[in-house]
Amino acid sequence: MAIKVGIPKSLLFYEYYPLWISFFEGLGAEVIVSDDTNKEILDIGVKASIDEACIPVKIFHGHVINIKDKVDYLFIPRIKSLFKNEYICPKFSGLPEMIKSSIKELPPIIDVEINFFKSKKHLKDTVIRAGRYVSSSNRVIMSSYNRAYLEYKKHRKKIKEGIINELTGADIVKNNIVDVRKVMVMGHPYNLYDSYLNMNLLNKIKQNEAKVFTPEMIDDKYLNKYVKDFDGELYWTFARKLIGTALYLSHKECVDGIIYISTFGCGIDSVVGDIVEKLIRRNSRIPFVHISLDEHSGEAGINTRVEAFMDMIKWRDVLEDNISAHG
Amino acid sequence: MKITFPHIGNSYIPIKALFEDLGVETVIPPKSSKKTLELGTKNAPELICLPLKINLGNYIESIAKGADTIIITGGCGPCRFGYYCEVQKEILKDMGYDVDIIVLEAPEGNKKEFIRRVSKIANTKNIVKISKSLKNAITVLKKLNALEEMVLKARPYEVHENEVDKLYNNFIDKLEKSRGSREMINHLNNAVEMMKEIKLDKNREVLRVGIVGEIYAVIDDYCNFDIGKKLNKMGVEVHKSLSTGEWITEMLLFRSMGMSKEMKIWEAANPYIKTCIGGHARETVGNTVLYSKEEYDGVIQLMPFTCMPEIVAMSMMPSIQEEKNIPILTLIIDEMTGEAGYLTRLEAFIDLLRNRKDKRISQTVDS
Repeated sequence: MAIKVGIPKSLLFYEYYPLWISFFEGLGAEVIVSDDTNKEILDIGVKASIDEACIPVKIFHGHVINIKDKVDYLFIPRIKSLFKNEYICPKFSGLPEMIKSSIKELPPIIDVEINFFKSKKHLKDTVIRAGRYVSSSNRVIMSSYNRAYLEYKKHRKKIKEGIINELTGADIVKNNIVDVRKVMVMGHPYNLYDSYLNMNLLNKIKQNEAKVFTPEMIDDKYLNKYVKDFDGELYWTFARKLIGTALYLSHKECVDGIIYISTFGCGIDSVVGDIVEKLIRRNSRIPFVHISLDEHSGEAGINTRVEAFMDMIKWRDVLEDNISAHG
Repeated sequence: MKITFPHIGNSYIPIKALFEDLGVETVIPPKSSKKTLELGTKNAPELICLPLKINLGNYIESIAKGADTIIITGGCGPCRFGYYCEVQKEILKDMGYDVDIIVLEAPEGNKKEFIRRVSKIANTKNIVKISKSLKNAITVLKKLNALEEMVLKARPYEVHENEVDKLYNNFIDKLEKSRGSREMINHLNNAVEMMKEIKLDKNREVLRVGIVGEIYAVIDDYCNFDIGKKLNKMGVEVHKSLSTGEWITEMLLFRSMGMSKEMKIWEAANPYIKTCIGGHARETVGNTVLYSKEEYDGVIQLMPFTCMPEIVAMSMMPSIQEEKNIPILTLIIDEMTGEAGYLTRLEAFIDLLRNRKDKRISQTVDS
């Protein structure tokens, strides 16, 4: 029987799932992904984790409990750094330990450390260490990784075209309505694509006859160009991406509105959200709204804010623009 | 150029010594107070951690006193401390203040760059003078840390009430009024001698509690409501796991000094947390384990609300508590924390520790 590897559908899963799933499948393992986030997962997650954690981490706990009894291994890498000179949030690098101390009776955890802070030289080592749990041949592991990487590249390309795979919550951004307005929804991928957590926000915007964009759709190439002009070191990957997006947008003014989704208690958003807001308000005329989510958010409140924001964008067309300054 | 800097515990005294030796004018921010915190909270992002809010309040009050250059220590991730400089710069700009911010750090252990920045502030290229002043300032800092440690240890045993406090406050006063490191070192040497003279009743039943957690919350007595004094008054001997002196040497020499002590802490933390995840999470876990080995009666973890590394450490505390058999209390502080509620929790925790100790003693007598 094939070895069953469980992957919680949470946090960086939304960014890397094609890579992770096809890597383990290529090694002959059966990959079991937890269910879409739902009320039950949220509730058990909140119960299992410490109160101070942010909601995405709590949901992660829920996803782990959701699949822990069905699998031989759980894939919870210790993600410390994904790019040179950049870190991920500190909670990510303590995640395996957090899970181990909060949840009892766990299957063995594949907790390889992913740390490319200094360089990507030991990428091969990292991959092999992860693969060793399932396969004993380094050659098989590497070839499976290479295939998975191609799969991931394909996925990234699709995202840039505005199509997000079904796995991450329906056809969120298949923009088949005759769109008039463009709205950029900013935030961490696990907040944007977990439609239970964000209460289907992307679809709500779509229903308001607007086209939805996410930071993933902008090529890193462009972002890095703008980030270079920002003084101060951006040592969080999320920060570089989001501040880069803000600089790009405030320069190009190519969208009609920006919605920033953050979760209550997120350390990164407390800094980045503020810098983004200041940049956009100072350098552009794009309307901006910051929506903060937590486990107590009511859907009606979110609806009201989104509707009001969308109405405001629509009225702007009529009331503000196209008026000649000379009368 | 009038230089100012944020408060963190008593560190303003050695900083003052450093710049006075170098002949630079400084503006010491008024002691952190409710007003400081209010100013900071009003202007800082809502969910940022408490140290930034207090720091920002310090700057605003200093600027009102005439400061035009702010010096802060830097750091680079993964915790948000490394972004303090950018966030504060943006906020002060938005508020319409025209100030320079200089980050004192040794980027990637580059001591040359550090000396360059100091010489920019000091307005002198005389390396000998700079390094001499630096060395003296660090001596002041270390002696001051030693004095603070003595106070926390001696206070619960003092025979005449408030004797230690009187002496300590008197010396802090003297240090504030003195100029230059030489005078300060003299005062500090005197203080240590006089501390030794104070009558202590060593037969008292005193509990021992270790304090771990986020460095600012542990060190700054405004931020932690002077937890050391509060515990001392309840008859508890206190040891703080972090001090400014160690932190600064660590920052400047990039964790290359005091290796053996650090390794001991990391080794103790290893079963729970294997890598550095930023802030002092690893030290929090490691020191908690070490305190349990040294048979402390309890550990208190202090952290500002939403502190990321400490949240990770906090999630490990229940397992440590169980496996190492040491009670741990986590106190989270933010601008809404009320002193009365905080005190109640401390008292309840100390009562628990005392009961536990009495029980243990009576059990050993029985058997």
